[in-house]
Amino acid sequence: MNANLLEVERLGKRFGGFVALDGIDLAVAAGERVGLIGPNGSGKSTLVNCLCGTLGNYSGAVRFDGRDVAGLTAHQRTRLGMARSFQLPRPFASMTVADNVRVPLLYTVNARRAPRLSSEAVAARAAELLALVGLADKGGQFPRDLTQVEMRKLELARAMAADPKLLIADEAMAGLSHSEVEDIVALLIRLNEGGITVILIEHIMRAVMTFSQRLVVLVSGKKIADGSPNEVIRDKEVERAYLGQ
Amino acid sequence: MRWGAFFLVALAVAALIFGCASAINNDYVFFAGYTVLQFIVLATAWNILGGYTGYVNFGSAAFFAIGAYSTVFFYKFYPMPIPVLILIAAAISGLIGLGMGYLTLRLRGAFFAIATLALAVVLQTLIVNWNYVGGSRGAYIIRPSSVDYIGSYVHYLFLIMLALAVVALTIAYAIEHSALGYGFATIRDDELAAEASGVPTLKLKLIATTLSGALMGMAGAPFPYYIGYLQPSSAFGLEYAVNSIAMPIIGGTVSWAGPLVGAILLGTLQQYVTVTISSSVNVLIVGVLLVAFVVVAPNGIIGLVKSIARRGRRERKPA
Amino acid sequence: MQLFSPELVINALIAGLLLGGFYAAVTLGISISFGILDIVNIAHPGFIILGSYIAYILNAQFGIDPIVAALIALPAFYGLGAAIYQVYYVAFETRGREALSGLAFFFGLLFITEVLLILVFGVDYRYVQASYIDQSINIGFVNLPKRMLIPCMISILMFIVLQLFLSRTFMGRAIMAVAQDQLALRLMAASPTRIKRTAFAISIATASLAGAFLIIIQPVEPSVGREYIGRVFAICVLGGLGSLPGTVIAAMLLGVAESLTATFYGPSWAPAVSFGILLLTLAFRPAGILGR
Repeated sequence: MNANLLEVERLGKRFGGFVALDGIDLAVAAGERVGLIGPNGSGKSTLVNCLCGTLGNYSGAVRFDGRDVAGLTAHQRTRLGMARSFQLPRPFASMTVADNVRVPLLYTVNARRAPRLSSEAVAARAAELLALVGLADKGGQFPRDLTQVEMRKLELARAMAADPKLLIADEAMAGLSHSEVEDIVALLIRLNEGGITVILIEHIMRAVMTFSQRLVVLVSGKKIADGSPNEVIRDKEVERAYLGQ
Repeated sequence: MRWGAFFLVALAVAALIFGCASAINNDYVFFAGYTVLQFIVLATAWNILGGYTGYVNFGSAAFFAIGAYSTVFFYKFYPMPIPVLILIAAAISGLIGLGMGYLTLRLRGAFFAIATLALAVVLQTLIVNWNYVGGSRGAYIIRPSSVDYIGSYVHYLFLIMLALAVVALTIAYAIEHSALGYGFATIRDDELAAEASGVPTLKLKLIATTLSGALMGMAGAPFPYYIGYLQPSSAFGLEYAVNSIAMPIIGGTVSWAGPLVGAILLGTLQQYVTVTISSSVNVLIVGVLLVAFVVVAPNGIIGLVKSIARRGRRERKPA
Repeated sequence: MQLFSPELVINALIAGLLLGGFYAAVTLGISISFGILDIVNIAHPGFIILGSYIAYILNAQFGIDPIVAALIALPAFYGLGAAIYQVYYVAFETRGREALSGLAFFFGLLFITEVLLILVFGVDYRYVQASYIDQSINIGFVNLPKRMLIPCMISILMFIVLQLFLSRTFMGRAIMAVAQDQLALRLMAASPTRIKRTAFAISIATASLAGAFLIIIQPVEPSVGREYIGRVFAICVLGGLGSLPGTVIAAMLLGVAESLTATFYGPSWAPAVSFGILLLTLAFRPAGILGR
């Protein structure tokens, strides 16, 4: 029985003539905390989009929890247990913040075979999730009333609401203050200790180093490093391509 | 209010309306009222797809006409009571809505809208060339003169359309207050994020198209009996396409009440204008109002009322 | 169904190609507004009919050749396009609600145009007088009516001019660029809004000429525009959004298909051809023949 939750084999993605991803191999074991870094435009978000089904027509294979997800739509993959937050927040503008978090509860959690949550339980869980990210008193507001930072927190709460096995946080911490970053990192570590595998995509090196058990570096669509964080940041190629030494 | 209670309230209101209309005992009230009720059904049906999910249907006339022509077909082939014809029309229109949706809903909203227009023209061409239902010459439907217990036939048609309006509004209300309503709203707001949150967008869009198409077909089923002589140009008429879009947008697309308000206001306005000025000016006014609301007040009348109420509430809070 | 004869088929083919050339002119505006700018201007056929009526007035009152009339009216159409884009931009692009409201906006404009024309001109068919309208060139058994040939040739000219404009001039290349990357444009201190407005204005300006072609080819009444909605989008989608050569090829294909259908099955089936092609293309190959 495979202990890898996610297996990515030679994943490739082109947009017309432009090669966004060039043969990415990646394996993430259940319970790991993986950090993914790389310069802007290196293909991190494209990778996430391919994994989660938002983008199709990729070459190579993606296996989640032992099964090949080729042909599965994004919502099917979410129901399997993959959840992600979007780099540029995409809230549901016509509903309240609390309702935003309700959607994955109604459509992912309640769609699985486990007993469905009652509407009171859904409301309670939504409130709980908002409190976890620090938006407890914003439940009744609309996304347009939130700051950029609060919208990122909402993104994270919405991803968490899907009760995932694998959570991919795509630059969830941009613009947060020092203490807010620490809070979110602590939150993600707590989630991980509760059993959720987490891939953290970030530019904030402090957060990445604190959080990651393993660090992967993507540059121009290729993976150039994959190992323990301390080794990876000392890698010459990584220094040259990303850290700017 | 749960939708069951809403249904009962709507029935009560409908009964009241029928009672008042019978008391006035002027056939014109029934004729005009039928048209307004028909628009309530069409506008509500359009809104389930257009307003709730954000996919614009330009071909409302097609589904309406399918309902009308299925009635004509059975009138010639094997006459049946209107309630049965309504169910048949629902099935046929619903199926066509499903089929069209399956072909085009995986594309962007703009392509879907254009495809609905294409469908309307294809269907019209097919009907124009189908002589069994009259083709371009049209078909005559002989209306019975009266119905037991209810009175003249137009009273009966009015009652049927009243019932359909209650059904349509209840369905819209029920959707809004259910998980399905949330799902539809996510599709409208951000389909990509909806998928990522686990919403099966294609399935929900197909539900919306089928439901919307079926309701429009149901609105069309009694039409041949109402009008007596059905031609493709009247069944596929321009006023159905514009009104199905204008009424929900002007009334407000986010709630079940919007199409109702839009249909009543525009419907009665049009009855008045058609009689006093002309039917072309009629369509012009609807077109102008549509453009005006879309530019200035995109949330419609209901949206304006809500934002005034919200501003009032904010001002009343102590500083 | 008529008897197959080679002369009939060839004439139907040629008629189809000429028709296709005209259809290309009609679609050119949509290729720009929808194909490049991503604005679903479903009201475009309404503007074409408006062009037809303006050509009609100038022709009936002053005896001006319809195509010359269209050229005279061109600046007015350009201005109209710029004004409409401005409203569209302020109302929709800034508010981010373009999907539903934008479509409804243009749909409303389409009906307003049609009904205003009915109120001013009535529903009678109008036509223009010009020397070449009843003439034909005959090469063997091939019949080339001048009223189809001239619009077709000018249409091809329009395409060549526009293709050169889009690929060789600064404004033209900016228009192609704005479709892809607005940020890069802003960094070059060019205003995307102004560029898009220019492009949209050009697209409406083409309606002036296309309208003149229409009324040369056939008599016009206000609701004729509706038949063209499906045709233009069918051609645009079939040819591939944003590809001008694709539009011409697709227009020819559609013209031929309609011509053959009309010759052998009767003209009442012709509308179904274009809309049927549109549905099939959307269902099975939405990128079109030459699409990006």
